[in-house]
Amino acid sequence: MSLELENISMSVDGQVHIHNTNLTLKKGTMNVLLGRTSSGKTTLMRIMAGLDVPTSGRILWEGKDVTGMKVQDRKIAMVYQQFINYPSMSVYDNIAVPLRIMKMDENEIDAKVRKTAALMRLTNMLDRKPLELSGGQQQRCALARSLVKGSGLVLLDEPLANLDYKLREELRAEIPKLFEESGAIFVYATTEPEEALLLGGNVATIWEGKITQFDETAKVYHHPNNAITSRVFSNPAMNFLNVEKIGNFIHYGKNEKITARDAFENLDDGYYQLGFRPNHLELKRHSDQAIEFSVHLSVTEITGSETFLHMSYDNNTWIGLVHGVHDLEYDMDLSVYLDPRHIFVFEEDGDIVEAASYTKER
Amino acid sequence: MARITLSNLAHSYMSNPSSEKDYALRKINHEWDDGAAYALLGPSGCGKSTLLNIISGILTPSEGRILFDEDDVTFAETADRNIAQVFQFPVVYDTMTVRQNLEFPLRNRGADANYIKQRVASIARSIQVEDILDKKAQGLTADAKQKISLGRGMVREDVNAILFDEPLTVIDPHMKWELRTQLKALHKELKHTMIFVTHDQTEALTFADKVVVMNEGSVVQIGTPEELFDKPAHTFVGYFIGSPGMNVFDVEVLGNVADLQGTKLELNSVYKNLSGKVELGVRPEFITLCEEGEGIKIDIVRIEDVAHHKIVRAVYNDKDVNIIVPEDTKITPAMNHMVFDMDRVNVYVNSWLVEGEKIS
Repeated sequence: MSLELENISMSVDGQVHIHNTNLTLKKGTMNVLLGRTSSGKTTLMRIMAGLDVPTSGRILWEGKDVTGMKVQDRKIAMVYQQFINYPSMSVYDNIAVPLRIMKMDENEIDAKVRKTAALMRLTNMLDRKPLELSGGQQQRCALARSLVKGSGLVLLDEPLANLDYKLREELRAEIPKLFEESGAIFVYATTEPEEALLLGGNVATIWEGKITQFDETAKVYHHPNNAITSRVFSNPAMNFLNVEKIGNFIHYGKNEKITARDAFENLDDGYYQLGFRPNHLELKRHSDQAIEFSVHLSVTEITGSETFLHMSYDNNTWIGLVHGVHDLEYDMDLSVYLDPRHIFVFEEDGDIVEAASYTKER
Repeated sequence: MARITLSNLAHSYMSNPSSEKDYALRKINHEWDDGAAYALLGPSGCGKSTLLNIISGILTPSEGRILFDEDDVTFAETADRNIAQVFQFPVVYDTMTVRQNLEFPLRNRGADANYIKQRVASIARSIQVEDILDKKAQGLTADAKQKISLGRGMVREDVNAILFDEPLTVIDPHMKWELRTQLKALHKELKHTMIFVTHDQTEALTFADKVVVMNEGSVVQIGTPEELFDKPAHTFVGYFIGSPGMNVFDVEVLGNVADLQGTKLELNSVYKNLSGKVELGVRPEFITLCEEGEGIKIDIVRIEDVAHHKIVRAVYNDKDVNIIVPEDTKITPAMNHMVFDMDRVNVYVNSWLVEGEKIS
């Protein structure tokens, strides 16, 4: 079983919403669409579902062209951010709806409803009405309905966005287990990088209607193919610094330079963008190679175990994430350190030149 | 600015509440210091919105009193309380420009034109909307509109307090950082009394000087982010703060020895005569993995690589255990034992923290 998008594009009133896209999703995989609001995640899902017809291109389901086929005629389930349940029906009946539409035998329905309810930990709530449940339970009820009919394709559009933080944390851990048991193709849209990491599987990073990279989640995180992917897949934001390599030196900031060693040594002369994650900026020099930056600290945020440092360096705003509680003064100058092995090197136009050396072994 | 006092405050949505369960907000006594930033943190249904609505005057409490400095405002209308509010969804006037929106609360109070000009310019700079000041609010993105709502909430300097009801819920993650940092910088500058309601621990911990953690209508702990992390007063706080939350094990404690279902651990404090349900709490951050020879044997179920660290999901005696290890740690199959950092272990009786006598 597979779902293929072949040269799909989508324009509305002359405005391009989805640029030419090719994507193959395989049976039994979790596929996360990661991107900011309005980047094209929902549009892409609606095309996959057959709710919208693409401007060009084909959708193939198990090799068969299903472009333009109505959503009702395909075995698809979709779950939205707003959990949708039938308020006057019990949880049991809510889950049973798709099976009753299929005119399945009541004994079979009972078995399927109970199995799915057990999976979603709703067994004790089958007699209740959705509004008597907590938000998390209501969303699990909607999820159960989407899974019960054995859809080959399950589309989840930010399904946890309206839930409490802690519930989200629990469901994030549960959803991968659910999908493993169902064997369906899951597509899961989210704006949150942590969510993508916790769900595992594959991730497609989307930026302004373009899929910038599609691969195993950990691979995309550790080996972004360009600066935009790394930006989409980083929370807090990836930090960037423009540099120029001239001969044996890397120049940056206000007339600062370091000797081009290791990964930098073989670069051609020219301009590059360096990218590094917040947790790799440190308050202490922890290796001889570490580069020192004199930054201006604007705000610190303490989470109880870690501290976020919001700083500026030569027109760039950076975020640092350091272990422990550091109650630093605001509006002060200080030094932060960066180990060069944590630096991604991008071309001026954003394509990756060198993955950070610490991620290469992963 | 004002100090806000809650005196024997409680609220039930029922007309004849008979038991504790009937209260959406159980009895609370608390003073909110003038000029401090607070977060009200808890899951949905914990009573945090009820409390906020009582402070803002949307709701009259069924019991107790609320004071702004020395004034009893229990029955005062919202309009008479002199507070600013920011809600979950942006409230802006679409037909007005961004500038007019920001000016609105000041004009309403008949402020001087020069003052309005100068004040709006300063707020616009803080929330970084200077470039769109003369644009109509209509057509702006939700993020931009919410920024304007925040700006309007902060524009008056003479308010008693600013109340935020989950103002960042609908905002994209990257934008949340920006808005939160701006709020925080504005608080440092203006020293308003701020109360920020949220279910998101990161938001609460990073924003507030003090976090008020609520559960089932009660305040379970009020503390700095560090206190909530190091010494959760209740197992609920341990669970709710931290991702994943604190691990909690059933134990028997005798003196300074904890019996963890057959494994004996030496505690750093002596506990006398504990009765009730005794539990040991240790955060995932304070457990390390090691090979056989020390520690407690566990079965590792799954390892999740989540950005700057890994979460190890394991089982000990049928109980789930979460362990956080740094991103550079290599986990070999032989590393199937866990060791607790005994300085970071807390003991709970009937879910509440108990302090023993430190062994020197």
